[in-house]
Amino acid sequence: MSPALTKNPSLTREANLVSRRTALSRYMRASWAIAWRQLRVMVSNPAFLIPSILMPVFFFSAFAGGLSAISEAPNFDYPDYSTFQYVFVLIQSAMFGGVFAGFAVAADFETGFSRRMMLATRSRSALIVGYALAALVRATIVWVIVTALALATGASISPSAGEVVGILLLITLVNVAALLFAAGMAMRMRTMQAAPLIQLPAFLIIFTAPVYVPRDLLEGWVGSVADFNPVTAVLEAGRELIIGAPAEMLLAFGAAAGLMALTAVWAVTGLRRAERAAS
Amino acid sequence: MRDAHQNGIEVEGLVREFKKGPRAVDGIDLEVEPGEIYGFLGPNGAGKSTTVHMLTTLLPPTAGTARVAGHDVVRDGPAVRDAIGVALQEAALDPFLTAREHMRLQAGMHGLPRSEAERRGDQLIDRVGLSDAADRKVGGYSGGMKRRLDLALALVHEPRLLFLDEPTTGLDVQSRTALWDEVTRLAHQHGVTVFLTTQYLEEADALAQRVAIIDTGKIVAQGTPDSLKAEIGRPTVEAVPAEIAQRDAMRDVLGRFGTDTAAAPGAVAVRLDDGTEELAEVVRALDAAQIRVANLEIHAPTLDDVFLAKTGKRLEGAGEGTESEAAAGRQPTGELEAVGA
Amino acid sequence: MSAGAATVPAALPRERTGTLTQIGHLARRSVVRTVRQPAVIVSSMVFPLFLLAINASGLAATTDLPGFPTDSYLTFFLAVTFMQGALFSTMGAGQAIAQDIQLGFFNRLQLTPLRGPALIGGQLAGTLLLGVVQATGFLAIGLAFGADLEAGAAGALALIALACLVSIAFGSVGLTIGLRTGNAEAVQGAFPLLFVFLFFSSLALPRDLIAQDWFQTVATINPVSYVIEAYRSLLVEGWNGEALALGALVAVTVLVAGVTAATMALRTRMERT
Repeated sequence: MSPALTKNPSLTREANLVSRRTALSRYMRASWAIAWRQLRVMVSNPAFLIPSILMPVFFFSAFAGGLSAISEAPNFDYPDYSTFQYVFVLIQSAMFGGVFAGFAVAADFETGFSRRMMLATRSRSALIVGYALAALVRATIVWVIVTALALATGASISPSAGEVVGILLLITLVNVAALLFAAGMAMRMRTMQAAPLIQLPAFLIIFTAPVYVPRDLLEGWVGSVADFNPVTAVLEAGRELIIGAPAEMLLAFGAAAGLMALTAVWAVTGLRRAERAAS
Repeated sequence: MRDAHQNGIEVEGLVREFKKGPRAVDGIDLEVEPGEIYGFLGPNGAGKSTTVHMLTTLLPPTAGTARVAGHDVVRDGPAVRDAIGVALQEAALDPFLTAREHMRLQAGMHGLPRSEAERRGDQLIDRVGLSDAADRKVGGYSGGMKRRLDLALALVHEPRLLFLDEPTTGLDVQSRTALWDEVTRLAHQHGVTVFLTTQYLEEADALAQRVAIIDTGKIVAQGTPDSLKAEIGRPTVEAVPAEIAQRDAMRDVLGRFGTDTAAAPGAVAVRLDDGTEELAEVVRALDAAQIRVANLEIHAPTLDDVFLAKTGKRLEGAGEGTESEAAAGRQPTGELEAVGA
Repeated sequence: MSAGAATVPAALPRERTGTLTQIGHLARRSVVRTVRQPAVIVSSMVFPLFLLAINASGLAATTDLPGFPTDSYLTFFLAVTFMQGALFSTMGAGQAIAQDIQLGFFNRLQLTPLRGPALIGGQLAGTLLLGVVQATGFLAIGLAFGADLEAGAAGALALIALACLVSIAFGSVGLTIGLRTGNAEAVQGAFPLLFVFLFFSSLALPRDLIAQDWFQTVATINPVSYVIEAYRSLLVEGWNGEALALGALVAVTVLVAGVTAATMALRTRMERT
């Protein structure tokens, strides 16, 4: 900043505001550049979307289709098994959407593209935001498809507007948290070898939650782990919201936000590592 | 003394078409004498490997006939395979087996009884110098070691004919020379006919008694290396001007005597239209133009020149690739120390 | 052997190789290769056992359903673990032959008096070994964690025998895929497809307890259901002749179809004259 500006306090304040605004727009532009690139790849190569779509479709068909008899078990306290599984699939696709987006980060680091991007912008965390934006867009497409499928097969889904917002917020948090975790791993390893290391924890965390039955019907070691699993709270909250009986929302949003905070730290520290390695 | 045709090759009008693209092999005729080392020289994609695959019964021809070791490749496939040994471009080995296990498997599949298979296997492993590594898994072998095992495996059933498809590509000089020695020994001492494909002209020059040059599926020249070069006949003169500024002037002068051709960096080279007798004229012309010459050499034609004359292109990978390297690789027949008639 | 001048050497003693001899050689190779890749054997067992652990606990409430044949979901689901082993047999056999083709080893074999059936028989030998090791491992671990084996010690033998049959049956399917594509990555790409196939069966529930009609229909048509039910009958019930016969019949049918398809694929792949 020029000396003339620093001498006059009101001018300095203006200059600060302007520079903050331009810094923000620079930040957003960098994020959007990354996001746009990811989305362009997705549009020009629709086959990219196929695993993201097929996985939740598969789970929904296999679980809602094959396991629905479980809802007849004594103490199974939920009106419709399809809806029960629909919520699981929303959260599963959110999580794995973030995971797959993380693969893109790893690939970019492996090819060296990331180094160019990091040189191009001062606000490096904008890059992570970019990947997250693209992941969200992709996840939204998947959610629309899955919802259409669930409705078509007769799941009773009729939440109020507020409940819809609540669910969307939850799954967005999950999606972003998953992306942040995956990105953090990808930036530390900077190679596609990171893929199994990202996938396995995601798989573990989601399958040690009440996937097939509500929490109080879960026995054995999975039941014990589920008590500490933040995804449990998110799943249960989502399932309550969608039938219009919200309960334990604070726990769920707290768990999701907490997860996001942790993974954000993980991602940023990963970014610092990557920056150091690139310099 | 066996029937002369029992380990020769006769090919007539051999064609191979693939569903997509032009003919890989477009009507070739050739004949290989028993006990001869025959070189098949050509750039990548010329059709060498396809020809070898057809002659070794791995690929049926689209048209034409071929007789290998006295048997028709299409009608008597098994008899042909019995008489030939093959080492293809990929050293086709199983990384989880040892050399010894490879030999046992190959020998066993060819019908050698157990004791004979063991004896033969160990003998060949020894011959190619793999005795120390014989019980290690092939996955850990170097490229040279793999090629040696490949050769040993090709010989396990004592074939009368040996096909080698680019056997020294990617090998270091030592391994290459060792392989050349072994091939020569097999042909001269054991009367094994060798059909060798290569993209290296020095290999064809060094090993082959006769050579066929193939380009885009057709044979463009056949004969002994010497006769082919003599046919082209035109030597190249290569000169280096004392001052680099005079290079263009030198090029103008030399250009009067023949066609411009590849030269080492800083030099000018021209293929003489009228042969070695012109050399004195060249020198006089340079003198008259007051061009000072730092170096003047005359080169005999090479197989690369033969290829160039027949196809208008240079052989890829010839002397390892670039034109200037090819030029530098030429052997000078003598340097002129004194200028003048 | 040779004089100074060039002479063609005298012929080596040879015998015409029977198909059995060839199978012997190729089987030895297949078995040796399998044994030399212990990491592959172990990793092929990790995921099925992992799924067993998750589902035995996560789906335990299912045993409370009226009409559920056992109290132990672990026992119930262990049958699926055996079936997953078969899936890995498919992938393993396919990838092995695809690698041979990609590395050129297949050409080397074609240049010998190799007979098609010998190659198929030889490759499946390695698959069989893997199947036995997996089945024994799954059984031992399952029992150690408290699974029942109603059919007793003889049942254990029957289980292993069934696993042998199933592994070569599904191995022949993998062999076909490997021969047709000649590409190890393409074979790997088939894995998700086969996995999905596995799921639309009586994997998680007995067929008669499946509530959704469409799913029950698919599960009834899916041959995998009958194989799982055959394993399951030995674990949960004891000796159920019908279940065992059905499972074995399905396995034999898959084996015949697989070997036929593999033979045809081999004929196309072997272009030699």
